[in-house]
Amino acid sequence: MSELKRTSLYEKHKELGAKNIGFCGWDMPVQYEGILKEHKACREEAAIFDTSHMGEFFFEGNILFSGINEAVTVDLLTLPVGRCKYGFILNDKGGVIDDMIVYKADIDRLMFVVNASRIQEDFDAIKAQVHNGAFTNASDSTSKIDIQGPKSKEILEHLLHVRLDGLNYFSFTEADIMDTYGLISRTGYTGELGYELYLDNTAAPKVWDKLIKLGATPAGLGARDVLRLEMGYSLYGQELDENTTPLEAGLEYFVQYTSHFRGKEALEQQKQNGIPKKLIAFKTNSKRAPRHGFEIMQEGLNIGVVTSGTYSPSVASGIGLGYVETSKFNADKPIQISSERGSMPVELTTLPFYKK
Amino acid sequence: MKKYSNEHEWAQVEGDEAIIGLSVYAVEQLGDITFLELPEIGRDVSKDESVAFIESVKAASDIYSPLSGEVIAVNEALNDTPELLNEDATNTWVFKLKLCDANEANSLMDETAYLEYIATL
Repeated sequence: MSELKRTSLYEKHKELGAKNIGFCGWDMPVQYEGILKEHKACREEAAIFDTSHMGEFFFEGNILFSGINEAVTVDLLTLPVGRCKYGFILNDKGGVIDDMIVYKADIDRLMFVVNASRIQEDFDAIKAQVHNGAFTNASDSTSKIDIQGPKSKEILEHLLHVRLDGLNYFSFTEADIMDTYGLISRTGYTGELGYELYLDNTAAPKVWDKLIKLGATPAGLGARDVLRLEMGYSLYGQELDENTTPLEAGLEYFVQYTSHFRGKEALEQQKQNGIPKKLIAFKTNSKRAPRHGFEIMQEGLNIGVVTSGTYSPSVASGIGLGYVETSKFNADKPIQISSERGSMPVELTTLPFYKK
Repeated sequence: MKKYSNEHEWAQVEGDEAIIGLSVYAVEQLGDITFLELPEIGRDVSKDESVAFIESVKAASDIYSPLSGEVIAVNEALNDTPELLNEDATNTWVFKLKLCDANEANSLMDETAYLEYIATL
């Protein structure tokens, strides 16, 4: 196995006594003091996450004539400057190469934020669409810290010495973060009020320390996964992959048909013909959790597979997402999930699992 | 005195009975425990047989019996509060066996040997 990569905050995690795991080639903290405690800190106060493993690309050039608008399902022309938007990079079949957020810093300047495991595939896929303008990968020099939770605004305002009242959901601003240039967006992966900070690797450790001093609790990928799943947010590699379309994942809302993009014909065709599989959400009637890979059963037949599952502290039961074959699935009949440890009934539910 | 298995259970033998629990190491690896399925009382179990299972927020794992015998009691408190194991694994028993052979415990590790064993993991 090749050496795991380390973020600019690696030493900080060690100092905090984090338990690390290999995640997509990175040595990342899965937890510090415990997933439940970190989850609670995020839902009730403020938590910070090192998400520096994620990728950042920059584009500078003409959006209309460079081909960049064909690379993603977000219409970059109509996206207002100062706003960011969630969407997809698709293959010709409409399958998801990655999900991402694109930031429009100016009429001719964009930033793409992508999953760590997909940086190379994403860069190549976007690059293939771009025939002029400058497209660069800044992933290795960029750190990312997410601060999430009801107290995140207050803490961040203390750090920055500015008010953040004007920063609306899926808006962002360039900012001076402890004397270093950075970017702050009102976004996140937890469902809480929160912000994502993009900054140079050299500034990340002092910003991390200061956020903790101001009251934020460090939280690992374990808590992050529970938090995102409670909101029903998809995770690449589980709910999304190259053989799954946004329609099947229930994410058509994030496809803007107003622009022409790679994979659009396939999506339009699938819209006409119907989707062969669909994402469903379910919960258990106990604290037992569905787990990735469990089978989804209905009337004794295997009709699908669980893609994500966990115990949810906010819902106080097991929760899960999975795909079922549309032709076999009947929403009115009971379903079970099964593994070598036996079978348990689950109840279909709507997203998010955690409703405030 | 507690004796330990490769699978991170401890056994404390008293006469022809033993209480069985999980090592601190095992519990730390699992993290926050959310669910425990206890074995049925009256069940005959063999050494190293999977008899119960445990779930934490992030993982699920089998619990193996470190000794052979009949399950004569289970710690019912764990049904509602499995987090007792996170709080104090050393003093929280999971199930109690009537042993087939009290000498079987000699094959388990003492605490020093167990600590050496987990250092290699």
